[in-house]
Amino acid sequence: MPTAGAPAQLEITIASKVYRSPRGAPVEVVRGFELRLPAGRFGALIGPSGCGKTTILRIVAGLITQFDGKLTLPGAGRLGVVFQEPRLLPWRSVEDNIRLVLDPAMPPPDLDALFAVLGLGEHRRHYPGELSLGLARRVAIARAFVISPDLLLLDEPFVSLDNATASRLRAELAALCARRPVTALLVTHDLDEAIELADTLFFVSARPARVVSEVPVTIPRGERTPEAVARFRAGLKGLMPGNELK
Amino acid sequence: MIKLASLAALVALWALAASFSAPRLVPGPLPVFFAFLDELRHGDLLLHFTATLLRVAAAFSLAMALGVALGYAMGRSRTIDKAGDPLLILLLNLPALVVIILAYVWIGLTEVAAIAAVALNKLPNVVVTVREGARALDPALDEMGRVFRFTRAKALRHIVVPQLAPYFAASARSGLSIVWKIVLVVELLGRPNGVGFALNTYFQLFDVTRILAYALSFVAVMLVIENFLVQPLERHANRWRPRAA
Repeated sequence: MPTAGAPAQLEITIASKVYRSPRGAPVEVVRGFELRLPAGRFGALIGPSGCGKTTILRIVAGLITQFDGKLTLPGAGRLGVVFQEPRLLPWRSVEDNIRLVLDPAMPPPDLDALFAVLGLGEHRRHYPGELSLGLARRVAIARAFVISPDLLLLDEPFVSLDNATASRLRAELAALCARRPVTALLVTHDLDEAIELADTLFFVSARPARVVSEVPVTIPRGERTPEAVARFRAGLKGLMPGNELK
Repeated sequence: MIKLASLAALVALWALAASFSAPRLVPGPLPVFFAFLDELRHGDLLLHFTATLLRVAAAFSLAMALGVALGYAMGRSRTIDKAGDPLLILLLNLPALVVIILAYVWIGLTEVAAIAAVALNKLPNVVVTVREGARALDPALDEMGRVFRFTRAKALRHIVVPQLAPYFAASARSGLSIVWKIVLVVELLGRPNGVGFALNTYFQLFDVTRILAYALSFVAVMLVIENFLVQPLERHANRWRPRAA
C-alpha cells in the first residue's frame, strides 16, 4: 500500500539528455523518454546495446543530475542498486559489505534469511576477492535488497555469467521479489531474461532512446518455464523495434 | 632466517675488514658493542636517543598529517592541484640543508625550527604519493556510496581510506627513514642533544668507535619500529588481499 502523500509510482520523464563527445560535439542519448511503473511492479527496459539504457538508469539513480526532464521516485525514494559489476568493497567481508549500507536508525533486517535465499551463508566472512563472479553478484543483490528499497535498479545484473549460473541467479532474484514485493527496474538486452522476471516490458529504441512499446507479461509467475518464455517471445515478433534483439 | 644469515654475514665481513685495518679507523664489532654498553650505562645515550626519537615522531606526524590532507586535496581538485604545484616543485627541489639553515635563521635555534625544517623536507614526498593515490580512487565505488547514501564520514572511512592505505604505507616507510636522517643533520647544526649532536661531538674527538655505536644502535631502533609497528599496520591494512604465491 502506498503511504499517504507519497507518490505511489515511478515516473520518469526525460525530454532530452545530451552528452558532449570528447571532441566537443553534442550527442543526444535520450529524447522523449517516458515511463510509468506502479508501485510493487517489476519493469524491464529492453533495448540494443549502447542505446542509452544505462544512461537512463543512472539518471534514475541520481548519478546524473544534468538532464532535461522530471523524476518521481516511489515511496521515500530509498534506492537499492545492482550495478553491472558487483562494486563490492574488496577490503570488507561479505557480511560487512552488506551491513555497511544499512541505516543504523532502521530495525536490523534478517540477514540469515537473506543469505539463505542467495546461498551466501558459508561466505559471510570471506572477502570479495575470494568469490566467483556469480557469488559476488549475489552479494551485490543482497546488498540492494537488505535496505528494503523503495526502488530496486538492476543494470544487466546477469551479464557475463554462464547460463546455468545466470538462470539460478534469476530464480533467486524472483524468489526475493516474491518474499517482499518491490518496485524494480531492470535494464537488459536479453529478452528472455526480461520475460522471466518482469511484469511489464518496455522496449527502448536505438539512440536517442525512448520507449517504443510497452507490453505486459501475461504468463503467471511460477509458470515462466523456458518453454513458456519462448512461446511468449514468439508472440512478440511484431512488437519489437528493429532486429537488434536476439 | 635468510635475513638473519645475511645480517650475520655482514657482521663477519665487518670483523674481517676490521682485523686488517687500524682499530682507530675501523673498530671491530666487539669494541663497538662495548662502547654502546658503556654509553648506555655511563653516557647520555638514552637521553640522546629519546631526544631524537621525539623529534622524529613530531616531524613525521606533522609531515604525514599535512601531506595527506594536501595530497588528497590536490588529487581531488584540479584548481588546488594547479595552485599548489609550483610550491610543491620548489619544495621537492630545495636541498634539505637550505631548508634547515633558513629555518634556523628565520625562526631561531629552537625546537620549533628544527621540527618544522624536518617536516618541510618530508612534506612534498607525502603530498606527491598521496596525490597519486587520490587520483587513482575508483569512481565506481564512489557511485556505490552515493546511491546507498553513505554519509561523508562513512564514505571516507570505508571507501576512500582503504584505497589510499597503500599510498599511506609507502610514504610512511620512505618517510620514516628520510625523517630520521634529516633529524640528525638538524641536531648536528643546531641542537644541544640528540644522536646528531652526539655524532658531532665524537666526530670532533675522532672517536669512530662511538660514532658507529651511536649510528648502528639507532639504525637498530628504527628497524625495530619498522618491523614491529609499520609492517604489522601494513599487514592489517592488506589483510583482504589474496596472498601472493
